[in-house]
Amino acid sequence: MIEIKAVKKSFGDLKVLNGIDLTVDKGEVISVIGASGSGKSTMLYCINALEPIDSGQIVVDGVDVHNKSTDVNKLRRNIGMVFQQWNSFPHLTTLENVALSPRIVLGKSRAEAREIARSQLEHVGLGDKLDVYPSRMSGGQQQRLAIARALAMEPNYMLFDEVTSALDPELVGEVLDTLRLLSDEGMTMLVVTHEIGFARDVSDRVAFFHEGIIEELGPPAQVIEHPQSVHTQKFLANVR
Amino acid sequence: MDAASVFTGFQFSDLRFLADAAGRTLLISVLAISIGTMLGCVFGWMLSVARIAGDATLGLLLDVFRSVPLIIQLILFYNFFPIIGFNVSPFTAGTIVLVFYTSALVAAVARGGIDAVPLNTRRAARSLGMTYWQDLRYIVWPIGLRAVLPSWAGVALGVLKDSALVSVLGYVELLRASQILITRTQEPFLILAVVGAFYFALSFPISRITARLERRWQYD
Repeated sequence: MIEIKAVKKSFGDLKVLNGIDLTVDKGEVISVIGASGSGKSTMLYCINALEPIDSGQIVVDGVDVHNKSTDVNKLRRNIGMVFQQWNSFPHLTTLENVALSPRIVLGKSRAEAREIARSQLEHVGLGDKLDVYPSRMSGGQQQRLAIARALAMEPNYMLFDEVTSALDPELVGEVLDTLRLLSDEGMTMLVVTHEIGFARDVSDRVAFFHEGIIEELGPPAQVIEHPQSVHTQKFLANVR
Repeated sequence: MDAASVFTGFQFSDLRFLADAAGRTLLISVLAISIGTMLGCVFGWMLSVARIAGDATLGLLLDVFRSVPLIIQLILFYNFFPIIGFNVSPFTAGTIVLVFYTSALVAAVARGGIDAVPLNTRRAARSLGMTYWQDLRYIVWPIGLRAVLPSWAGVALGVLKDSALVSVLGYVELLRASQILITRTQEPFLILAVVGAFYFALSFPISRITARLERRWQYD
């Protein structure tokens, strides 16, 4: 379970998170929607301590993320993250991209790590690209590589930060299909997205961000089909 | 005593003399390049971490090494020790100065290499649970190295040739040896051509090896 309690964060004078409360239950898929700059991505970065918070608390499986004595490296093994820019490691083949962290972080043997990588890459449909360098792959393939790389750590949670925003339109589908697959398998997911259709079809709940707070939270049928807040209505009208 | 007995022509044994001198050039260059590169990587890392504070302190110091002509550094440094009561050999003084000179050049290159790795790539590495040092070792080092290897090769070749300046301290490396021979034989063209060939032979492996690595490291 991820518990976010009254989290505030500023970049200088800019208040990015202005008191966020959100609980993500095991197996739940929550889509996070809202205008750019509303704090959605920053919240994800705070959950695995890539960004510090100013006040409040984030607890993942009972561990206080921003407590000074918390081992963030250990914590992050349990929280997979996929970014807008897929961030492949360009000097490593697809297989090596995925096998690296199981080997050096989890201490698996070379053979074990490669086996994990192979099965994760097959899982996301890249079984025929094992020895290819990322630069030879499309954005959609590299994004699926990034997903396989995160899954290879066997995390309990997956965070997705606008993973289709940088893709050409025709490549969005394959990545969303992979997210659907994970959701069907019961992965707990927090998905920051502009794909309203995906949010409606796949999520258990949808959170609408507006100026650093969650203005509306509930099942898609409620937030997307019958938004209460003026801001949500306006946002949805604009993106559709 | 007539001129003929003072000036003797280029002999086969002179080649041996030049080869020994080339060995000294090689020794001082290998020391300067290897130690200077290691130091330079550490300095470059410090600059990339400390940014503003690093620029004001270490960066300034390295700029001095990069800006003051090497020949001035060598003479100042070599003559500084006797003043404080030590004596150092030309070899020691020359090596120390070349090491720091190289480290200053490499620091700028190394910093460029570190900066060439996108912050997001490093965040991705950290999000996988890698520690700071694992990120440096497995992500920043290989990506940065590939980005700046040609620049590093340029520095290494430059230092190899700049090592000739250590001759001003009396260390008999290639250039100094050639001057000695020219004085004796009065055959500057021949000797400079031979010495040039020696320098080329020393440089060639550096440019070939780095070119080969560059080709191998193209990501496909």
